[in-house]
Amino acid sequence: MQMRYRFEDIKKRIDELAEKMGQVTVMEVCGTHTANIHKYGIHELLPGNIRLVSGPGCPVCVTDQKDIAAALSLVEHENVIFACFGDMMRVPCGDRSLYSLYESGKDVRVVTSALDALQIARDNPDRQTVYFGIGFETTVPQTAALIEAADECGIRNLSVLSAHKTMPQAIRQLLGNGSGIDALMCPGHVAAITGAGAFDFVADELRLPAVVAGFEAYDIMAALLRILYMLQNGERKCVNMYPRAVTRHGNREALSLIYKVFEPCDAVWRGLGKIKDSGLGIKERYRRFDALHRFNIRPYDVKEAKGCICASILCGKKTPADCLNFGRECTPERPLGPCMVSAEGSCAAAIRYGDTPLQGAFLYGGGMSRV
Amino acid sequence: MCLAIPGTIKQIQGEYAQVDYGGVSKQASIRLFRNARVGDRVLVHAGFIIQILDKDDGEELEKLIGETMGFTNADEI
Repeated sequence: MQMRYRFEDIKKRIDELAEKMGQVTVMEVCGTHTANIHKYGIHELLPGNIRLVSGPGCPVCVTDQKDIAAALSLVEHENVIFACFGDMMRVPCGDRSLYSLYESGKDVRVVTSALDALQIARDNPDRQTVYFGIGFETTVPQTAALIEAADECGIRNLSVLSAHKTMPQAIRQLLGNGSGIDALMCPGHVAAITGAGAFDFVADELRLPAVVAGFEAYDIMAALLRILYMLQNGERKCVNMYPRAVTRHGNREALSLIYKVFEPCDAVWRGLGKIKDSGLGIKERYRRFDALHRFNIRPYDVKEAKGCICASILCGKKTPADCLNFGRECTPERPLGPCMVSAEGSCAAAIRYGDTPLQGAFLYGGGMSRV
Repeated sequence: MCLAIPGTIKQIQGEYAQVDYGGVSKQASIRLFRNARVGDRVLVHAGFIIQILDKDDGEELEKLIGETMGFTNADEI
């Protein structure tokens, strides 16, 4: 469909509104937004007083060292096939990673859907398959569906290591008083599940404008325009700017499945620490699918790499450009922290597309394309 | 990770739909959206249909942008 307002119209209106405003800081909390904002060069399209920062939106990045250490313990367990998304493979945990264990001969398999783990379990009835469930409300229903399907089919050799998290409590903690953040760009595909209404609290409780945003350059710029418009007019609302995919109440089937299998629990986020009721633990009824319980794993802590500032980057307090290791000691080939590993991490996006004009290319040997 | 891809359902068999992504076809589970029907434009995340895409395809967004342009009715521009 040809849109009535061209991209240029939106950009021009943003410029007009920004001219009358002071410094504005907008946070997004979705890894796909982080990656696409860099990919489309949105930073450079905005006036100098409009600043975008990434919050804890990359599922791989916010996964705590303890959860990764638990994953490594499970991989080392005899007879285990460990299934996880590819982004998790190279996150360092001390001097090891899932990838280093895979290289040493352990059976770690990359999957692209939770249901792949079900097939692996079916194909290997004499072995134990463990699926690493990470991510927010977009990904949680898939893990719930996996557990429900395994339960229905009587599959006993499958379990889940759940490091799943939910957004609202983390946003409350991060954007509470004195955060310096003026508005929130809400994650579009989390909202596709939760419904746009799940983010009303940002306006109602935190008194900040919020928009649910899509992922194309047009969607992101339209969302930013709406934010500036609300700031200028003193509006404190949550507006759904991704109506083609997000409804008011979301996907009720998926939500009901989440809470059939999971229940809220405290969770530790990298960078944010322990946040009450921000995680999802497997309910008693499905406890036999809980890998920590099945294998009696006692999580232990592993310190982050020296000099790594991923924790501060995930809170929006620092940017990749603030890191002395960025592009030097820490590169996509030899990452020190998760933000450089995941394609949706702030550091990986900054080094691939450049945080400021040509910075990525300059710091990273001059060969990186800005696309 | 929350990347989701739009596609069109070509066929549904049991718990799975065959989804076409502009020439590339792949299976997706309908376990999270059992009301999905052949012909629906859907959003697929990690092998699951998570939402049906609105058929108005931009009209609502256009209206919301129009409001920020200083008009309450997009037709006034």
